[in-house]
Amino acid sequence: MVSVNETRAADELRAPFIYRDDDAIERPLQMEQIGRLLRYMGRYPRLVWAALAATCGGIAVALAAPYLIGATIDTAIGGAHPTALLFYGGALAALYGLNFFATRARIRLTNWLGQNVIRSLREDLFSHVQGLSFDFFDRRPAGSVLVRIMNDVNALQDLFTNGAVNSITNLLTLVGIVIIMFSLNIQLALISMTVVPVMFLISTKLRALIRRSWQHVRIRLSRLNAHLNESIQGMRVTEAYVRQDENQAFFEGMNADYLTMFRRAMFLSSFFAPGVDFTGAVGSALLFWFGVHLLMHGAMTVGLLVAFATYLGNFWTPISQLGQVYNQLLVAMASSERIFEYLDTRAGVLDRPGAQALPAIRGDVEFSRVEFAYDDKKKALDGISFRAAAGMSVALVGHTGAGKSTVINLLARFYEPTAGVIRVDGVDICACDLLSLRSQIALVMQETFIFSGTIMDNIRYGRPSASDEEVVEAARAVCADDFIRQLEDGYRTEVRERGSRLSMGQRQLISFARAILADPRILILDEATASIDTHTEHLIQKGLRRLLEGRTSFVVAHRLSTIREAALILVFEDGRVVERGTHDGLMRGAGRYRHLVEAQYRFLA
Amino acid sequence: MEIFRRLQSFYRPHARYLAWSIVLLVLTTALGLAYPYLLRLIVNRVIEKKQYGELIFFVSGILIAALAKGACNFGQQYLGQVFGIHAVYGLRNALYHKLNRQPFSYYDKVHTGDLMSRMTADLDAFRLFLAAGFNSIVNFFLLLVFGLGLMFSMNVTLTLSVLSMIPLLAFVAVRFDALLWPAYRRVRQSLGKLNTAVQENVMGVRTVKSFAREAFEQDKFTSGNNAYFDANIRVAGLWKTFFPYMELIGNLEVVVVLGVGGYLVIAGHLSLGDLVAFFSILWYIIAPMSQLGYLLNTWTQSVAAGERLLDILEAPDTVPSPAAGRTDPARGTVEFRDVSLAYDGQLALRRISLRAEAGSTVALLGVTGAGKTSLVSLLPRFYDATEGAVLVEGVDVRQWDLQALRSQVAVVFQESFLFSTTIFANIAYGRPTASMQDVERAARLADAAEFIDRLPDGYRTLVGERGLGLSGGQKQRIALARAILADPAVLVLDDATSAVDMETEYSISRSLREVMAGRTTFVIAHRISTLKHADQIVVLDEGRIVQRGTHARLLAEPGLYRSVYDMQFRDQELLGGQPLAPVAGAMNG
Repeated sequence: MVSVNETRAADELRAPFIYRDDDAIERPLQMEQIGRLLRYMGRYPRLVWAALAATCGGIAVALAAPYLIGATIDTAIGGAHPTALLFYGGALAALYGLNFFATRARIRLTNWLGQNVIRSLREDLFSHVQGLSFDFFDRRPAGSVLVRIMNDVNALQDLFTNGAVNSITNLLTLVGIVIIMFSLNIQLALISMTVVPVMFLISTKLRALIRRSWQHVRIRLSRLNAHLNESIQGMRVTEAYVRQDENQAFFEGMNADYLTMFRRAMFLSSFFAPGVDFTGAVGSALLFWFGVHLLMHGAMTVGLLVAFATYLGNFWTPISQLGQVYNQLLVAMASSERIFEYLDTRAGVLDRPGAQALPAIRGDVEFSRVEFAYDDKKKALDGISFRAAAGMSVALVGHTGAGKSTVINLLARFYEPTAGVIRVDGVDICACDLLSLRSQIALVMQETFIFSGTIMDNIRYGRPSASDEEVVEAARAVCADDFIRQLEDGYRTEVRERGSRLSMGQRQLISFARAILADPRILILDEATASIDTHTEHLIQKGLRRLLEGRTSFVVAHRLSTIREAALILVFEDGRVVERGTHDGLMRGAGRYRHLVEAQYRFLA
Repeated sequence: MEIFRRLQSFYRPHARYLAWSIVLLVLTTALGLAYPYLLRLIVNRVIEKKQYGELIFFVSGILIAALAKGACNFGQQYLGQVFGIHAVYGLRNALYHKLNRQPFSYYDKVHTGDLMSRMTADLDAFRLFLAAGFNSIVNFFLLLVFGLGLMFSMNVTLTLSVLSMIPLLAFVAVRFDALLWPAYRRVRQSLGKLNTAVQENVMGVRTVKSFAREAFEQDKFTSGNNAYFDANIRVAGLWKTFFPYMELIGNLEVVVVLGVGGYLVIAGHLSLGDLVAFFSILWYIIAPMSQLGYLLNTWTQSVAAGERLLDILEAPDTVPSPAAGRTDPARGTVEFRDVSLAYDGQLALRRISLRAEAGSTVALLGVTGAGKTSLVSLLPRFYDATEGAVLVEGVDVRQWDLQALRSQVAVVFQESFLFSTTIFANIAYGRPTASMQDVERAARLADAAEFIDRLPDGYRTLVGERGLGLSGGQKQRIALARAILADPAVLVLDDATSAVDMETEYSISRSLREVMAGRTTFVIAHRISTLKHADQIVVLDEGRIVQRGTHARLLAEPGLYRSVYDMQFRDQELLGGQPLAPVAGAMNG
């Protein structure tokens, strides 16, 4: 066993590309989940009832029409009564006319119902996921969260638009047809029913086989497309490293795999229609064989035979649809399990019951013996205490992993401390309303996220109520105005694909403008200037200073000129503050800080 | 037709599948009409004429015809699909091949989303027509000919009255599909937008939460969710409007056959068996009629799709590799001879001349847009110079075999791109056969080994879109290791260490000096600490070289280099006078 795993792992090490499949396949039926799904339909009771009523209209036609046709043949045509013909023809036309309205109503209502359910389910899922905290997002790649909100919810669409309502009407239709057939002629009814089990088999077993085989096709196709997407995005690297031949071989392998799977699925699928046809033909043959014999003995009429043939034909639709619903349910189980797993995940950071909104703060921050551990492992922070008076600037210094970012994550309450208290203006931040806290803090990170939309929209993200003038003013304050005006549409320039049109420095300037527009009392800069070139940084120094003015600020930076100006420098090592003080004070000693500064100096000299 | 002719090399080799499929299709349609015909015989001869002995033949005829029809139907459907998928298999490979050789200027203009929609939706539309659309059109005409022939042979009056409503059905069907396609396109578009909204929300979750913009995001999502809902309801609305009519017309045909046919039977112009047979043929004709719109659409869609695919396939190759280009290994001498480069009518480089001896390091400094990236992009022929020439080893890059040239020039791009695979395979991207020792060595030199070793899965860790999220600095170091492993004669670092801290960058540049001994390095950076040891520092401004020289020389003259140095050096003043000594030394030396 071990060796098998190792070989597989060894293959994976060198795999040119690895695409994990992230699509739900199917699960056995689970009543609890079905109940939960049905409760979503329960939100629209009137739509449910109306849809059921409309479909019942359709059932009535499906049940009455063949009988009427049979009667026409026997009574009017066989009996040569032209007036009766007119009467029956008129009745049939009227019946079909009613059916016209029933069909309209059914299509409209079932779609309304289904789309409403899907919409509210997705809405619930999205707002729930959005309310989850960082411990949730840190553990999952963005792609897999996206798959659940989009693909898994869409997988339920068919079930809700067609499946649920139809399955009830289909059952009723089947029962109705069986009753009518038996009341017309028991022998013939029994004979016609012999093909029903075959129909069921085709509609469930063969269809399940077919569906599974298409799932394999879809999996192959989504890998193929994942690779294509990635190849296009990384094409410059591929061309630079002359990887075309290897990649072509890899792609052709995937493509051939897809071809094989497709042929296999198509082979199975091609059995479906002929299978249905042939079963129908066997049914008809049986019907005529026995029907004619009954006819010979006068126990049957031509019209009745035609009616029977039509009923037998009508059997297929409900059976087929029920089979489909069954299959949809199996798929829905897998998707809904994944959806409910998210809906049942509780946020790690949550407002306490009765949490009070934080009033407008001055910006006094205090950490008191704060401890924190990610995933119950080693402590990331171990007894941190410090105080920053309102308007003070604090620089956090230390190596990667020393605890600087954790302090920031706790201050913005992305996580909550495992021990100790963080107070803003003397209020424990874990006891106050989350949004009221965060809306008074702004965070500028090393990697800025740019949303698709205009530059104006992106800056306005800091404060949606800001006027255009205020946005421009904010951009001007951080020296972003110049480059924005040089873009073809100025502030109205559309940025796409995560801001790829902008350089890293330009993106950072936009995030500064965003922060200044938000006008927070507490500002956090986490390596915010690392990707800006020196020249630009020099240009924005003034803007940056304005950004910091009068606010309590926490700055994580390597650039000494930024650190030097801080009123308090905290030096972190292994989750502890090992030194604290002002630049001058710390430089007088011979501790960690002085050592760090001197080390940096050496690189330049 | 023109479009299909240009794409014929992909489907012609598989034409035998199509030919067999069509033969079987003709048989399927013909056999399908056996059922109404036999039904007619059963009623006319067995029931009316009481020839009960013949029943066994007709009933077994039904079974045999059904079996034969089933087999033919299976064959025509399967072979048609096989034809389609094989044609598209070759086409997809060819498209991928083409995309892998498009010049950088091509990717500057196209959007990933657009290419993806061609490679998915368009390819599928094209396949659908080859696989089923063509067959359906043939089937449509066969049915019309066979079905009407049989009906006319039985009774002209009844056939004409049945036919009276067919044009109406065809009209409704065509109109329906004409509206349905754009409506489905809207569904896809709104789904795409909703997808983007959710994706951005999840990826930008730090930004969303830190600005407490959850409510705003919720609104954005809700409007996208509603738009998707509306688009779906609009499609349902079309179904609601058109489908009941198509159903009604089909049903009314039944009433017509029953009424007119019944009257003809009563009047003795038609036998009962013929009437029953008419019923049976009716469904045979109505079904394809209601699909007429769909058929016409698969044709127009496939032509439009084929055209978009040809756009890719027939895009001009602008990076021709000479037939017998130079392939010898280079040592790394590089020369730019009076090079100018224009993109979209704008000059990115103006008359650049520069020479780098093998084993030297050239550093490039300049503000954003000064032309640094453009300059180094000419080396591996990502772009070709508009004027002048770039020489590697004294040979014009355009005289080099393209593969040989690129495998000797390794570039680390400004934005590091990692593929969805292991860290190992990402580092070994340029040399897939590299040993673990080589990969580890490259990682060590790029200062990446330490953090990779700390990951629970080490070099097996999956990265890329769905893999572990790495920091910008970590990605840059993996990209750097990739370049080191490629063992190039010329290494180009385009702002490749901007996201790593100064200490790490310092240690990387020291190990690079060792690795690149005897070979040539071009480095673009903002930090003086990275640039200062270069043999030649070149300052670019608006596509021109405005300053060049060593660290000491450039410090001695006013210009961008010195002002950047001053800015970065100001950091050091805080050491209180101490740093001045070494700087004076550098100026003198």
